[in-house]
Amino acid sequence: MRDWNTKGRDRQARLDAGRHFAAGKIVAAHDLVAFLEAVLRPGDRVCLEGDNQKQADLLAKALAKADPAKIHDLHMVQSGVVLPEHLDIFETGIARRLDFSYSGPQSARIARMMFGGQIELGAVHTYLELFARYFIDLTPQVALIAAVSADKDGNLYTGPNTEDTPTVVEATSFGKGLVIAQVGEIVDRVPRVDIPADQVHFVVNAQRPFYVEPLFTRDPAAITETQILTAMLAIKGLYAPYGVRRLNHGIGFNTAAIELLLPTFGERLGLKGKVCTHWALNPHPTLIPAIESGWVEQIHCFGSEVGMEDYMRARPDIFFTGPDGSLRSNRAFCQTAGLYACDMFIGSTLQIDLAGNSSTVTGGRVAGFGGAPNMGSDARGRRHPSAPWLRAGEEADPDGTPALRRGRKLVVQIGETFGDGNAPMFVERLGALELADKLHLDLAPVMVYGDDVTHIVTEEGIANLLLCRDKDEREQAIRGVAGYTEVGRARDRKMVERLRERKVIQRPEDLGIDPLDADRGLLVAHSIKDLMIASGGLYRPPSRFRNW
Amino acid sequence: MENLRYELSTTKPAGGTRAVALVGVVASGNLEVLLERGEAADRCVIDIATPAHGFADLWQAVTADFAARSAAGGLRITINDGGARPDTVALRLAQGVRLMEKPE
Repeated sequence: MRDWNTKGRDRQARLDAGRHFAAGKIVAAHDLVAFLEAVLRPGDRVCLEGDNQKQADLLAKALAKADPAKIHDLHMVQSGVVLPEHLDIFETGIARRLDFSYSGPQSARIARMMFGGQIELGAVHTYLELFARYFIDLTPQVALIAAVSADKDGNLYTGPNTEDTPTVVEATSFGKGLVIAQVGEIVDRVPRVDIPADQVHFVVNAQRPFYVEPLFTRDPAAITETQILTAMLAIKGLYAPYGVRRLNHGIGFNTAAIELLLPTFGERLGLKGKVCTHWALNPHPTLIPAIESGWVEQIHCFGSEVGMEDYMRARPDIFFTGPDGSLRSNRAFCQTAGLYACDMFIGSTLQIDLAGNSSTVTGGRVAGFGGAPNMGSDARGRRHPSAPWLRAGEEADPDGTPALRRGRKLVVQIGETFGDGNAPMFVERLGALELADKLHLDLAPVMVYGDDVTHIVTEEGIANLLLCRDKDEREQAIRGVAGYTEVGRARDRKMVERLRERKVIQRPEDLGIDPLDADRGLLVAHSIKDLMIASGGLYRPPSRFRNW
Repeated sequence: MENLRYELSTTKPAGGTRAVALVGVVASGNLEVLLERGEAADRCVIDIATPAHGFADLWQAVTADFAARSAAGGLRITINDGGARPDTVALRLAQGVRLMEKPE
């Protein structure tokens, strides 16, 4: 007769093995390596919680110290490959296979290790895609997660950086896997229950907070006049005519400039209350002045941001906060919100080709995707109408039957024609293709596919790809905003002028934008200190951003 | 230092009455643009001093587009470049023309 509970029995065996090292659910930090060796099995699928921001750093260090003779060939399924230990375990043979989403700080090393054969790559995912696979074919047998505090029963408080934890725990715990949490302290009563105790099997007291990276802080002092010009183009040429109220911003300087122009340039255009009211957004400090001047109604967050905790606590109408008063972020829900409930994604990129495909792969770096491809894609399952979505759909298919015509999400790529180190943003061939060749990947790592992109904004103007009727028009529309890059200079000037007459391309002068406004004086805040002052002292910038 | 000079025919005469305008600063990645009147209404002369050698074709392209698109007729323009990117050069030139149009 078939045994219908092999997974449950497997977990019970791990629980029994782990209890030798635990008092109740609590494992002492000095026993952690031996404990992990007792509960892990070679070949296990393991989620070592590395989120966009918070890291289960104590558990990562302990896993890296395990004996590869006992624990080897693990299959790591985690969204962020961020800490050195996340890759050290592949060098020692503790881990072999990797499915992930984002590898920012480790992007060069991960590429080297993939090329050297030390990492067997499953796939690079978007966040939502990897989370989805946790419930289908990549369910972890063991999850090593991070929280702020636990009570003795194992109820967890994750604080503002809830991020991926509920998703990882849901898949692991109900999939009969083992959940092990590191916490900063054990308390009598947690401020709020983010993860219920019956989903948590062991807790280790790290006696210090988990590591968090401030990823979304952009210093207004570093914003250039060209970025201000692109931001004005976006506000006047896209936000205003489409009436974009529900949106997501990327984390670059161009979108930071947009946030800092809302209370000045946006106010002058009379857009307050008409655009940018509802957001799927990390807590960007550069949005503080717009929030304070009444532009924003509501923000749901993927994660938190270092220094923004007290500010968000003091603005509960705007942010999703718990009974304890602090932010509750949730990456899976916010990604879903960005996919289905936002009418626009706008973000920067490093390379765009002639079809509009964009990629952040340059040189030998595999930075992964994070959330941008999910936000920066049209949700084919969307069914609710909104004015911007319907208008974009009509522009793409003016002759279609209105009641049967899909709307389109506005997917906007914004940047200067030349980026850091004078690297051109427009290229004939994406660097991602070379990487795919070199690593024998089936798919080149494309951040946003050309057929999802609706607009490209540079200092030279806006290209509306929805209005392009064939491949040639599309190519010339892209060349027509590519400035003095080689791609831009190879444009068909006559065709570009015809596209401009049809408003496929709009220049700053076509939109009545005065180049003299492209001045840092137009930014509502000029420094991190200004943001702190705008918050009434509630925003507490991390020390590395305090230069006064 | 490389010195370049472009004598361009223009489509629109410069507006306003201001005799002279200065935009930008000489700094790394930036440039200073001095605009004066005194040329014929259908032409514009641009003198460039740049520390970056070998970019004459780019200067040629940026200044030609500027003369074709902007109200630059009658202007004598002197550029002190600090190694600015072409997008910054185009922005400064556009700003300079606008400043000439503004009352002092």
